Amino acid sequence: MGRYAIRRLLQAVPVLLGSTLLIFLIVFALPGDPIVSLGGDRRPSPSVVEVLTEQYHLDEPLLVQYWHYIGGVLFRADLGSTYQGVPVADLLASTFQVTLRLTLMALAIEAVVGVGLGVWAALRRGKAVDTMILAATLVLVSVPTLVTGFVLQLVLGVKLKQWTGLDVFPVSGVGDGLRGYILPAFVLAGLSIAYLARLARTSLAEVLRADYIRTAVAKGMPRGRVITRHALRNALIPVVTYLGADVGTLMGGAVITEGIFNLPGLGNLLFRGVYERQQPVVVGVVTLLVLVYIVCNLIVDMLYAVLDPRIRYE
Amino acid sequence: MRTATETPLLAVDDLHVEFRTRAGVVKAVNGVSYSLNAGETLAVLGESGSGKSVTAQAVMGILDTPPAAVTGGQIRFKGTDLLQLSEEARTRIRGEGIAMIFQDALSALNPVFTVGWQISEMFRVHRGMSKRDAMKKAVELMDRVRIPAARERVNDYPHQFSGGMRQRIMIAMAIALDPELLIADEPTTALDVTVQAQIMELLAELRRESGMALILITHDLGVVADVADRIAVMYGGRIVEHAPVHDLYRSPAHPYTRGLLESIPRVDLKGRELHAIAGMPPSPLDLPGGCAFHPRCPYRRAACASDVPPLYQVGWTRGSACHYWREVLDAGRR
Repeated sequence: MGRYAIRRLLQAVPVLLGSTLLIFLIVFALPGDPIVSLGGDRRPSPSVVEVLTEQYHLDEPLLVQYWHYIGGVLFRADLGSTYQGVPVADLLASTFQVTLRLTLMALAIEAVVGVGLGVWAALRRGKAVDTMILAATLVLVSVPTLVTGFVLQLVLGVKLKQWTGLDVFPVSGVGDGLRGYILPAFVLAGLSIAYLARLARTSLAEVLRADYIRTAVAKGMPRGRVITRHALRNALIPVVTYLGADVGTLMGGAVITEGIFNLPGLGNLLFRGVYERQQPVVVGVVTLLVLVYIVCNLIVDMLYAVLDPRIRYE
Repeated sequence: MRTATETPLLAVDDLHVEFRTRAGVVKAVNGVSYSLNAGETLAVLGESGSGKSVTAQAVMGILDTPPAAVTGGQIRFKGTDLLQLSEEARTRIRGEGIAMIFQDALSALNPVFTVGWQISEMFRVHRGMSKRDAMKKAVELMDRVRIPAARERVNDYPHQFSGGMRQRIMIAMAIALDPELLIADEPTTALDVTVQAQIMELLAELRRESGMALILITHDLGVVADVADRIAVMYGGRIVEHAPVHDLYRSPAHPYTRGLLESIPRVDLKGRELHAIAGMPPSPLDLPGGCAFHPRCPYRRAACASDVPPLYQVGWTRGSACHYWREVLDAGRR
């Protein structure tokens, strides 16, 4: 399995290089001159523009520009800097921890609420609870994050304080430690909770019909043990793999959530990067997201072999 | 062998089981009665849909309810009606008093736990043994059902075993707590013929050693003859004939049994057309009125379509649910 992991990581190298080139091209194709727009409404003096354009190789052909960038990354471990001179590595380091906290909290919420609802529904299949959970998850997948985000921000962040005087959820920012992450994490996890609940429900309902569950009952195992040991151990295999693969999706989805709640994370950085045509920033953020995605998928595949003894990697 | 005063180990009395499906009510078991003494082997014979497995699952208490529902009758195990017991009390009897093995051992074993874990679970949960002691017992059991290199294989997973070995593991699990009754639901159907014989031999041997009673559910007449003491033949959710095994083979008293016996291919009749019972088994959704077998029966008369035949007493030890059992019996003797 170790050899398999190494092979998979080596396969990731061309994927990462390819994605840097692709993003580089896309940002290059964006209209407007990033140096000129640095000054906002006031045009910077032509000499300043000239110096900066030369400093960042913006007057050279596309492939030469890319070579300057990727050469710096590969040979000097230099991720470049913004056109204001801030190193991209520093920006990534400070924003990544915000997004990571947000993502992990969303993942925890997703796992607990999603699996909980799914299992509850599966054990009460066809009953009122099951129907309600199915309807609720359907509503949740149908409403865009923008809507749930602003509504929750308004109701729980603003109105709750006005009505009760209690400051439970900060409206925005990360000033209050982890407390500021709770509401955004719920918003970010919303869609995934719905998918995961449905997946867990289907998976458990199917496993509960399996022959080996009948065997466990025939062995005289108490119902609780049949469900928690025999059924859940099998039913959670697809659930765990979905959760793992969802880490990447959550990080990508953080762009909108971080925007709504004004969290200084990767998503916000990416948004500003695209807006200001900061090539090294956009390439850095997206490549980091691709890397996270690749690593998560690898971990999921490894986990799969651990959870299901029928799967072996050579 | 049987005395009137002795309480049978298991007595199924006028059992009715229904399945409530969207297509309608399926009457899977319609008044089945049989009894079994300690140490005895009863074969329950019948084709798919005859209700033989459903009866066994009702005895075991592993029917999915709903859609299934036991709508009448009693299942007395050592004199206690299991249907009146609480779910906890029934759970205690499963595995301890009555154990069961199934047709397809691959799907009946949990794919994500080692076979040792699954066998030793019986001792850990029912007897409160430590993990280590329970594992030792599991190895002993695997030896007892003659799995080669049991000690090395105890930590293997079900998919790493062959079909015959998997069924042996099922058997090891079932006999772990020395149950008084083992129900084997088509234990050899999914196996090669040579392996079938080995498994049947193992079951017969274990039964002799431990003195447990055995209910063998099958549709294979060949499997039954060597092992069973008595046979109950089921059709359309009813027992249509029951008899000691040799009486039944020598002279069936029900047209369906007769048809089954005649359907066995015989070497001395090689080259001739194989005999088959005319028509198709009835849909349990829509059983024919009167005797369920009458549309396919060569002996049928007008009464067969209207009157449900009771289980007529045929001699001391057997019964036949055919209005014209005498005729069938005489035809067989000729």
